[in-house]
Amino acid sequence: MSTVLTAVIVLFLLAAIFGIVLGYASVRFKVEGNPIVDQIDAILPQTQCGQCGYPGCRPYAEAIAGGDAINKCPPGGQTTIDALADLLDVEAVPLDAEHGEEKPRSVAYIREDECIGCTKCIQACPVDAILGAAKQMHTVIISECTGCDLCVEPCPVDCIDMIPIETTPNTWKWPEPPSPMQLIATDRGRGVAASEAP
Amino acid sequence: MALIRLSSPHVSKANSTANVMRLVLIATLPGILAMTFFFGWGTLIQIALACSLALAFEAAALKLRKRPLGFFLSDGSALVTAILLAVAIPPFSAWWVTATGIFFAIVIAKHLYGGLGNNPFNPAMVAYALLLVSFPVEMTRWTSPMTQHGGGWEIAGFIDTLQAIFGSVDAVFYDSFTGATPLDVLKHRGGLTTEELWRQSDVLSSGVGAWYAVSAAWFMGGIFLLSRKIFTWHAPLSMLIALFLTASAFYGFDPDNYVNPVVHLSVGATMLGAFFIATDPVTSATSNKGKMVFGALLGVLIYVIRTWGNYPDAVAFAVLLMNLCAPFIDQYTQPRSFGHTRANRGMKGKNQ
Amino acid sequence: MSKVFSFHGGIHPPGNKKRSTRAAIGKAPLPKTLVVPMQQHIGGPADPLVKIGDQVLKGQLIAEPISRISAAIHAPTSGKVVDVAAYPIPHASGLSEECIVIESDGEDRWIEHQGLDDYRQLRRQDLIEHIRNCGIAGMGGAGFPTDVKLHLSEDHIVNTLIINAAECEPYITADDMLMRERAHEVLGGIEIIAHLLRPSHVLIGIEDNKPNAIHALEAVLKDTELNIDIVVVPTKYPSGGERQLIKLLTDLEVPSGRIPADIGIVCQNVGTTAAVYRAVHYGEPLISRIVTVTGDAVLHPRNLETLIGTPFSTLLEACDLRPEALSKLVMGGPMMGVTVENDQIPVIKTTNCLIAATAQEMPLAPPAQACIRCGMCEQACPAELLPQQLYWFAKGREFDKAKHHNLFDCIECGACAYVCPSNIPLVQYYRYAKSEIRTEQRDQQKADHARQRFEARQARLEREVAEKEARRKARAEEAAKAQQQKAATQSDASPQPAAAAEPDAKQLKTAAAVARTKLKKAQKAYDEAVGTNADNLAELEAALNDARSKAEAAEKALAAGAPATEEGSGDDLKQLKVAAAVARTKLKKAQDALKNAEDKGLDGVDKLRATLVTLENKAEEAQQAYEQAANKPASPSPAPTEEKPAEVDIKALKQQVSIMRTKLKKAESALDGCEDEAEIARMKTEVNELKQRFEQATAEFDKAEQALIERAAKSGIDLKQLRIDAAMARAAVTKGERSLSKADNDDERSQIEQELTSARAKADELNLTLSQYE
Repeated sequence: MSTVLTAVIVLFLLAAIFGIVLGYASVRFKVEGNPIVDQIDAILPQTQCGQCGYPGCRPYAEAIAGGDAINKCPPGGQTTIDALADLLDVEAVPLDAEHGEEKPRSVAYIREDECIGCTKCIQACPVDAILGAAKQMHTVIISECTGCDLCVEPCPVDCIDMIPIETTPNTWKWPEPPSPMQLIATDRGRGVAASEAP
Repeated sequence: MALIRLSSPHVSKANSTANVMRLVLIATLPGILAMTFFFGWGTLIQIALACSLALAFEAAALKLRKRPLGFFLSDGSALVTAILLAVAIPPFSAWWVTATGIFFAIVIAKHLYGGLGNNPFNPAMVAYALLLVSFPVEMTRWTSPMTQHGGGWEIAGFIDTLQAIFGSVDAVFYDSFTGATPLDVLKHRGGLTTEELWRQSDVLSSGVGAWYAVSAAWFMGGIFLLSRKIFTWHAPLSMLIALFLTASAFYGFDPDNYVNPVVHLSVGATMLGAFFIATDPVTSATSNKGKMVFGALLGVLIYVIRTWGNYPDAVAFAVLLMNLCAPFIDQYTQPRSFGHTRANRGMKGKNQ
Repeated sequence: MSKVFSFHGGIHPPGNKKRSTRAAIGKAPLPKTLVVPMQQHIGGPADPLVKIGDQVLKGQLIAEPISRISAAIHAPTSGKVVDVAAYPIPHASGLSEECIVIESDGEDRWIEHQGLDDYRQLRRQDLIEHIRNCGIAGMGGAGFPTDVKLHLSEDHIVNTLIINAAECEPYITADDMLMRERAHEVLGGIEIIAHLLRPSHVLIGIEDNKPNAIHALEAVLKDTELNIDIVVVPTKYPSGGERQLIKLLTDLEVPSGRIPADIGIVCQNVGTTAAVYRAVHYGEPLISRIVTVTGDAVLHPRNLETLIGTPFSTLLEACDLRPEALSKLVMGGPMMGVTVENDQIPVIKTTNCLIAATAQEMPLAPPAQACIRCGMCEQACPAELLPQQLYWFAKGREFDKAKHHNLFDCIECGACAYVCPSNIPLVQYYRYAKSEIRTEQRDQQKADHARQRFEARQARLEREVAEKEARRKARAEEAAKAQQQKAATQSDASPQPAAAAEPDAKQLKTAAAVARTKLKKAQKAYDEAVGTNADNLAELEAALNDARSKAEAAEKALAAGAPATEEGSGDDLKQLKVAAAVARTKLKKAQDALKNAEDKGLDGVDKLRATLVTLENKAEEAQQAYEQAANKPASPSPAPTEEKPAEVDIKALKQQVSIMRTKLKKAESALDGCEDEAEIARMKTEVNELKQRFEQATAEFDKAEQALIERAAKSGIDLKQLRIDAAMARAAVTKGERSLSKADNDDERSQIEQELTSARAKADELNLTLSQYE
């Protein structure tokens, strides 16, 4: 009986000691890392478009940190989802079509002779990229525009277009080389396939 | 005018993977001839069997993976694997031993990992290790070299060999044509010193010459490949030096219980391993420095396993263990790039 | 002195140089039109100074550099500017960029120009400025503006000037021929550059496969007092790479991410030195260069002195192209050149070679085999990288690791791909990885910038709210004080109705808000209950109705109280507007909920519908109340203040019209998306109703507008307003047209057409009025 008791007491003591040590360690060696929300926010594209259902990127980052799905960001697309999956160590899932689809990057353009100067788009712009005043013509500062679409809806005369950003030789990207499987299947050399690529 | 657009460079050296493999095949010829000369038809029959099986399994695997057959079959990598395995197994082992080994090498060790270029382990060595642990009797019944029989050229006949491989033969056949290898003898010494062993054992006194000759043949093939710049000297040389130095250290310390380093270099699969296995680019380290580390550790491991391990020869196990380490070695042996004062070490992780 | 060192790796591709050195440098024919790109150099594109129709003379400045790293561009011949637009440029992407197109007049008339008498007398600054004005950029391949490099002695100590004459790429002989025939120009250029940079010695690095050029250089070097050494290096590709040549000649490695000047070295191409010489001694800007035209598909390969902007086809014809044999057209060498798809692409300042290759000469690369990690690429890499590791990382999109393996030290020389036995397009993988990484970085920068702006805006909005709040408080305090004072001074006088009314209204407002919140809560609870089919539905419904009636009562009281207290005041109008807007939003939400519910087939649909109807009524009520309130001050107001209320009125109306339009549009789109027949019918009626309302609103708007116009006619004209109205009308017309093009149903189309004609009529009318006044 006493042996059993000793064993129980010893185990209890051990548990208590380890508990204290672990508790101490968790306080003492707490990792002062970048808070996860900041890290998530850094990955999001910062268009502040609200397509995810949250009023901006930061709130969505907070929601993701709180366990929301990572596939609600159409402007970021699959790249963002992959980066988030990598960061949070979760499965990368395809984009949730409910929130929109991945579109080429675009900027807003105001057809200036149709603008009536209502300032509604200025109020809608999350990054203050529209310049203008009441009854004055408005214009978009292209370099600041994130292409979030938010100014299109409020415009009473529908004079805002979203124009996809054109590729210039400076922003042109080399395509990934085609997989050899494709080439063998079509029995052609690399060059022909490359010339057919856009 | 239909001009085409593609990335530079627009010319390339007339060279192909198939060409590399062909050169490796040519380089195995001296070794194969020497083995045939000393051990009889068995080696040739095993090679023929292994090659045809390897091509068949490769074709089947490619078919299942929906890859174009002709394109991949012609790269010759399956033949290299087949020959390396065929020369490693005893010439008289039964056909199903070879078949199992080839199946394992081609289908499991190579294609299940994604085919040529993606296998982490040397397929021939994986298969050899598997056979060794699965069929220890068959795998240690090595043919005695012809020099051991005293009376000149005396090897098993072609028909007998075929029967031994594909059918069944009397135990007498095995008794008369097979025996222990020098490494077996040196391993199971029964309390004798190396010198006594050397004097008493028939295998060592008269048979070891054949083994030396075979090793020399493999060495020649290796030098040929080296001269054709198929691989660099780093891995084989560092492996041989490491093995030699380790062996010398122990031999110098206690010559009665340890084996002469020269014997270590010239018996067993040492030369085959140094020039045909350790240089397998797919499964070894990448940079020159990495190859040297890879080779050196391989040499030490071979000695350790040979001397204190359970199996007489150790090349297969040592190679597999080192294959395991290759990615790790790669991370810490990146060369210093042009314009950098020192090399980047390790892998860039998330937290760096 | 001239010890030669070595660099790691390198390859020995067949040179193929002899064929184009048999003939002397010829002169390319003058083409009919020349296309001069605005970006022929590294850095910012030049800014055109000419317009279509301008006459230009040869050597006239037609585009000026707009940033420090940029180069001027001059007319290569005399003629007329016929276009300034995007044309295909010699770039791997095959994309177009801004170019000036000049139609040659055949006279090739020079603008007045003259060299500097003695450049040694000039201030260095002015000499460099002169070179910049001549638009000189590196002619070796990268096209770095030369003047920027000549400034380097200001903030760096330049010990060594290296003249790159290695020309290591196969086929190219432009520099070779230049040195053979114009060695004195090369030397003259070196003297000028040495004058500017003051190096202690000058090294000319040249490969040993150009003995004639070496002899020619040695001959002219006898007369110079400069400390110049010709260093003959063994032929090995890529010894002409800047960093590789520096290593060969000095055994120094340019640190990664730095420039040669950081270790006291400046490198210039021989072609550039000759161009500098011509610019300084003759005042000729860089408008022509020597181009090697070679390849098996031309019968007479040779070097041609070519005007910038000459299309490739002109050069190919001059060397007798066999079009049927041509398979690949490469600008530059076979190792690093880019293929072009179009023979109309022009020669630019960096075009040193044009290879018209046959299919046998440059065959299509066979499909890539698996990488067997043979390590041949590693042995060939002049940057001492691990090409095969980089390949695996690029293929697996592990760009971080690729960067860690010094991907950006890759000079894309192509040596690895040249030796690869598996024919893997390694260089393309690196280019792909590099451009992906660059794009990622650009996106990241943009995202960070957007975040900053977003946060700044958020902070500003918060600050504004806080300020407003503070102001409101201050006002309330002041009012309270004033009231106290008043109360103190005339304690027995009855309180002023306005002062009393204000708190009253406020109280009412609070009560209404409380009631609304309660209603919302009840509604929510009810919705939830409906969603979960809870038992206490009836109870909740009762509570909901109760809350609703209370809220309505409170709002009515508020509505009654507010106009009573401050009738016609702007504040009130605003409140009413807000109320109307709130009602509208609620209505919309309810509609959404209804739709949602209908989609899901929930039980509460009927109830929701009922709610919707009441809400609609309420919204209309609110709108009416608002309109009444808005109209009231408009009608009885006296003449002087007539304009302003009218404007308000018309604005409100306009808004209403646009809202109606949006609603109508939405309803129509819902109708399009609908499949159920019954629903379609229901929706159609709804749409019709909406249409009626829309027309009503439009009519009202028209009326108001008409009135406004009349008024405007009477009491001065609000031209601006008119103009805006006209714009609106035009927008309406375009919108109508757009919807017409989208419409697929005949009925619908005719209806829209009617609307469109009416809208057009209106627009015309407005335009007419507008033109009357303008």
